[in-house]
Amino acid sequence: MSKMAPPEEVMKVDYSTPAESWMDVKPEFKLGNYSYPGKPDVLKYLGLPNPREWNPVEEDWKLPPDWREIVRDGFRELLKKYRSLKVFMDVCVRCGACADKCHFYIGSGDPKNMPVLRAELLRSIYRGEFTVAAKILGKLSGSRKLEEDVIKEWFMYFYQCTQCRRCSLYCPYGIDTAEITFLARDLMNRIGVNINWILEPVANCNRTGNHLGIQPHAFKDMMDFLVDDIETITGRRVEPTFHRKGAEILFITPSGDIFAEPGIYTFMGYLLLFDYLDLDVTWSTYASEGGNFGSFTNDKWMKKLNAKMYHEAKRLGVKYIIGGECGHMWRVLNQFMDTMNGPADFLEVPKSPITGTVFNNAKSTKMIHLVEFTADLIKNGKLKLDKSRNAGITATWHDSCNTSRGMGFFDEPRYVLENVVEKFVDMPAQTIREQTFCCGGGAGLNNGEFTEMRLRGGLPRGNALRYVQEKFGVNTMSCICAIDRATLPGLADYWAPGVKVTGLHELVGNALVFEGEEERTMNLRQEDLPGVEGSEEDE
Amino acid sequence: MATVEFKGKTFEVDEDGFLQRFEDWNPDWVEYVKESEGIKDLNDEHNKVIEFLQDYYKKNGIAPMVRILSKVTGYKLKHIYELFPSGPGKGACKMAGLPKPTGCV
Repeated sequence: MSKMAPPEEVMKVDYSTPAESWMDVKPEFKLGNYSYPGKPDVLKYLGLPNPREWNPVEEDWKLPPDWREIVRDGFRELLKKYRSLKVFMDVCVRCGACADKCHFYIGSGDPKNMPVLRAELLRSIYRGEFTVAAKILGKLSGSRKLEEDVIKEWFMYFYQCTQCRRCSLYCPYGIDTAEITFLARDLMNRIGVNINWILEPVANCNRTGNHLGIQPHAFKDMMDFLVDDIETITGRRVEPTFHRKGAEILFITPSGDIFAEPGIYTFMGYLLLFDYLDLDVTWSTYASEGGNFGSFTNDKWMKKLNAKMYHEAKRLGVKYIIGGECGHMWRVLNQFMDTMNGPADFLEVPKSPITGTVFNNAKSTKMIHLVEFTADLIKNGKLKLDKSRNAGITATWHDSCNTSRGMGFFDEPRYVLENVVEKFVDMPAQTIREQTFCCGGGAGLNNGEFTEMRLRGGLPRGNALRYVQEKFGVNTMSCICAIDRATLPGLADYWAPGVKVTGLHELVGNALVFEGEEERTMNLRQEDLPGVEGSEEDE
Repeated sequence: MATVEFKGKTFEVDEDGFLQRFEDWNPDWVEYVKESEGIKDLNDEHNKVIEFLQDYYKKNGIAPMVRILSKVTGYKLKHIYELFPSGPGKGACKMAGLPKPTGCV
């Protein structure tokens, strides 16, 4: 990545209207504003077309000779299959309500990051190829011809969309830009235009059960390491099980939680909570991924990767599934799983064995989010929590796009957070809950080479964070998404240095008071608790 | 595919200069990378980190999580950064010939 300008510079965004028509402006690929292409070996493994070496900054993208026909036929097929796509292509009146709602537009000032124009990149081809108006009115109808530059533009801007759906919230027609981006990426995949940061995780997940490519023995090894750490910190030996037939609950979380900081501390929080409750829960290495990078590729791969959850639940004979702190996982589960891989008639409606609460909201999918399970435990007085174990933290809450805007988890996580920390303050109203701003890394854009654009897209979230940091002394931002945990530390370092990022169950794990427990001297990060003598481990 | 020529050997690398194939690694690769990483002289501590990363990768097909690296070598993260200024992922893994991890990381 080229050297990133300081925040004061980046904040001076030029929002003026360009002199030229948007159709006359070609995309300019620079290191920092695009993601690296899919590797040929990965495409071959996945059976995706046109595996080759290519580079977006070069003129020749080595498209297949009949790429136009492939895109046209694909578009026709998707229009037939997804009525929503046809509706979204037809109904937009270009009112502009969405124009300034996208974090990438706010952070870059590039008009093609206005959601209306992002969709127009596809819509102009739709008009040109599939409507009568274009045949009569030509360019006046807003249509254009399918040229190679159009594909380059799609690649630039549909991989500068994190499918966060903030724009859709403001659209009077409810046009779902995330769905438009899904389908644009599907079309591009048909001619071999895609990114490696998405496809390699898809290949890994298909082969090993998770995006990171952690093999079963390694997964167990990492789990054992974290179990040892928990013992060091709490004196308790937790005993998680794998593939245990007849367990009541199967638990599935994103693999980032077992591998990367700060996710591993959240993972330890899960283990502590399950131990505290003596929950009849089992883990799986086959279904060891909550996330679904297949959903960033096409419907075929989304379906195949998602199917592992129900397969494993059925094989093990569990009653229902609990999912961990993941974001886009819940878009797939909440919106598609039931009709895509269901009905899960071999499972039961989730019922908390501790409180007796029946989660009728998950009547069809039979899968609930851990945050609603934990909120219910606290509400029913089933957890003894000591906030002073998180002393020194002034927390704010980052609403992850998919769990908040996508499925309505606004109050549950805040309720849990307020019960485990002494100080909690929200960011400004227009940047949270259903209006939340994206971390900038969703939909497979959390890769290293895209950092510059991601940090620009992180402007509104970073700005809101900086505000509560300066005004209320916020020093911790908590969230329930693994992509957030991967990208928000970098966002905070850049926009609001000094704020650290945690998962929610890390803080729960810190606060949980076990019966007859040893006195805790450190938190799950093995940092000394306030008031405890001893040198701080400088990690 | 980008290639690197060093001491008469050719290495195929990805966009960020990581080896395409772990099997292509040999000690010359470390010599080549150390300059761009800003490391003057390699010592036993560098070698200990590199050897552990490679052992772990051969066994598990993935780099170890940073805490495991730290615990097994006995080096705190700060010290690993002193040894490898670009950090355990970008610096040490690159020298050891490991690929970049992908996913929610």
